[in-house]
Amino acid sequence: MGSDVITAAEPQTDPVKLVIVGHVDHGKSTLVGRLLHETGALSSEKLERLKAISAKRGQALEWAFLLDSFQAERDQGVTIDVSRIRFATAARPYVVIDAPGHVEFLKNMVTGAADAEAALLMVDASEGLKEQTRRHAYLLRLLGVEQVAVVVTKMDLVGYDQQRFSEIARDVRAYLQELGADPQVIIPISAREGENIAAKSDKMTWHDGSTVLEALDTFTPRRPPAFMPLRLPVQDVYKFDERRIIAGTIAAGQLRQGDTLLFSPSGKTARVESIETWSAPEKLEAKVGEAIGVTLDRQIFVERGELASHIEEVPVLTNVFRGRVFWLDDQPLKVGDAVKLRINSMDAEARVQAIERVIDTESLAGGGADAVNRNEVAEIVLRTRSMLALDEARANPETGRFVISRNFRIVGGGVISMEGYPDQREAITVRSTNITASESEIDRSARWRRNGHRGGVYWLTGLSGSGKSTIARETERQLFLQGFNVYVLDGDNVRTGLNANLGFSPEDRAENIRRVGEVASLFADSGTIVLASFISPYQSDRDRARQAAGDSFHEVYIKADLSVCETRDPKGLYKKARAGEIPEFTGISAPYEAPEAPECTVDTDADTPDESAAQLVAYIEKVCQLTD
Amino acid sequence: MNELDELEAASIFILREAYNRFDDLAMLWSLGKDSNVMVWLAKKAFYGHVPFPVVHVDTGKKFKEMYDFRDRYTDEWNLRLITGDCPPVEDMDPTLPPAARSAARKTAGLKSLLEKYGYTGVIAGIRRDEEAVRAKERVFSPRGEAAEWDFRNQPPEFWNQFNTEFPPGTHVRIHPILGWTELDIWRYVRREGIPLVDLYFAKDGMRYRSLGDQDITSPVPSNADTLDAIIHELETTNTSERAGRAMDHEAEDSFERLRRDGYM
Repeated sequence: MGSDVITAAEPQTDPVKLVIVGHVDHGKSTLVGRLLHETGALSSEKLERLKAISAKRGQALEWAFLLDSFQAERDQGVTIDVSRIRFATAARPYVVIDAPGHVEFLKNMVTGAADAEAALLMVDASEGLKEQTRRHAYLLRLLGVEQVAVVVTKMDLVGYDQQRFSEIARDVRAYLQELGADPQVIIPISAREGENIAAKSDKMTWHDGSTVLEALDTFTPRRPPAFMPLRLPVQDVYKFDERRIIAGTIAAGQLRQGDTLLFSPSGKTARVESIETWSAPEKLEAKVGEAIGVTLDRQIFVERGELASHIEEVPVLTNVFRGRVFWLDDQPLKVGDAVKLRINSMDAEARVQAIERVIDTESLAGGGADAVNRNEVAEIVLRTRSMLALDEARANPETGRFVISRNFRIVGGGVISMEGYPDQREAITVRSTNITASESEIDRSARWRRNGHRGGVYWLTGLSGSGKSTIARETERQLFLQGFNVYVLDGDNVRTGLNANLGFSPEDRAENIRRVGEVASLFADSGTIVLASFISPYQSDRDRARQAAGDSFHEVYIKADLSVCETRDPKGLYKKARAGEIPEFTGISAPYEAPEAPECTVDTDADTPDESAAQLVAYIEKVCQLTD
Repeated sequence: MNELDELEAASIFILREAYNRFDDLAMLWSLGKDSNVMVWLAKKAFYGHVPFPVVHVDTGKKFKEMYDFRDRYTDEWNLRLITGDCPPVEDMDPTLPPAARSAARKTAGLKSLLEKYGYTGVIAGIRRDEEAVRAKERVFSPRGEAAEWDFRNQPPEFWNQFNTEFPPGTHVRIHPILGWTELDIWRYVRREGIPLVDLYFAKDGMRYRSLGDQDITSPVPSNADTLDAIIHELETTNTSERAGRAMDHEAEDSFERLRRDGYM
């Protein structure tokens, strides 16, 4: 395996999977029929049948009938689903996936194109670049099809005009470059007349580029590199006999017998004892693409959904991420919707936290929206309850994508970005072992009775400039004067000490909040009322702080519009952020996730700082009362 | 990995996915070359075991060699065999052409098995290159309450994620070798040494390329009497695999009508 060197002269045996996309009626099926004919792939029987069908309909030989083999399709004159047909050039075999161009059938186009290694994008010479062609080009990018040749069809209808071809070629090139794609070639053809398919056209001598078959032979089969970090999604665990076999298909990288595997998100590790086989030679290593099963050196509980890696190169752990999605369901996808998410072999319940922009594939512009409609492309934020093991799509396309299902059907898919969100692996990893917490003999209620009030964590979250610090200090002053045991934790008194080693990257922010959450919880346990005043933009971080403090945690949302905060700008930070001097500034270049269900909300747009503090004081007085 | 390794790995992934996702799963075993490859792939996927029943929908009109093969390998491969009979041809849709009408018995037989055993996942060994209508199939293909195939409204399928959930009263057809060609099957049979009914090998200048019911399947002229000869023949032939299947040639849409109604 992998030792064969393929020389240029030797025909390759691995077929390239080719998808042909573009606007309906731009002649895809005709091109496929013509390709089959030119490469001698049509059986005599099929050709006869095709002639008979065409004659029956009183038409000259119609190549498109070959693929459109459904009665219904012929009646409507549109291809409605994906066909697969094979042909071969002197260089190598091809499998053609004929994806439909009609907007109604985008889900079939996606089905076909997702499986392809290369694409031909069709543009009708008489009509030019249409919306549907743009959408297909965009989806090819999203689906990860990188090898694309553009074919300008029906040149016979424009009299093989060079001027017309140049205009279209310019439009196409401009659009694709904006997408970040590089069209390898643009070829003027007539599929019906067979011009520039196999042989150079004598009607378009001005075209000095390649023919369609020549362009195809420049494509290469997709070979996922084996040197990427190992990713093995656990598909199932078998116990048919005395062996306990962890089964899965390697999504990236490779593994060897004896390797130590880390399973995420559980964090368990074990060594590969054996790579199992049946009716095959003994196996000591396995690579990307192989469907394998391994036994481990010790009994650990792993199940479907875990992602195995080596310890050195681990996947991201998170319960929130950004997805660039295409949506195929009749029912729109809305903010707040609950959906089923599948990443690798993992299933998770997720909620749509935000729709940041719906992309207009015509102009590539886009803005925020409440819903993503059928056949639209959008950028959204998804949040799950459970922790997910995943990769960013740009790091690993295989493990960096997901599908969404609803009502028993897959209805959308997307690629993952973690931009602005932290990897939470560090924050949830317990490194110390052999630790037994010593139990205090003085219980919490005894401390409360002596103080005359309950301890608790009051977690003030809000944008910079929303008034957190001002309100916290005023609340502390008033409560202290009334005899409460109260203390403020804020950025200024932890960033210079406890957290002096942390910066403002998403990971450092998460760690900052984790430490503060733990400290606040200890304060509360000692009977103190803690006012923790932190922007703490991520819901997952605040949820962790809540977990640390248990039932004495109160999330207090200091609510203010971004525009109001920006006007206040007490430290001049917004101005600097807008000028690009502060990277990753919450609200400007990094996300702020407003609390979903805060125990208390203080709206500082409407009220003065004193009024706001009075509200918070009243809330705390009420909930910290001893009931006994 | 060469192309056969890739096809094998993809099929194993699909079989494992089916086994994980469906509690009531069965594999159709027609005793032909494709379904033998499928049983073999299952043994690879599950390390020598076939952890679900294999179902033979018996039209009662198969060749004797096929019944002998069935009895031998049920034992040798340690399979849990379930057989079901088909209703008489008189009960079938009279508007279908004769051979298609005869083939429709298999659909009816399968439907009554589904009803009796409550299978929600049915693994079938169809391939896209066999017939243009089968080329439209999905790997996990949902069926309606009457087992019908709504080809106009199939859910999308991409990135190795499949539609494995289904409303009550319906089932999913699973096609683990959908992407294989006839030639792939033969090359794999040769590589793995998978046993087959010997009707596939030429005797007196004729052989069967595809095995259906005795009365609606005919042999094709061929001298290919070994695996190597068959593979060589297929590498050069211009005749289609199902040329010997009468039901494909009666009317332009007869196979499509059969499949829409739940045929494999």
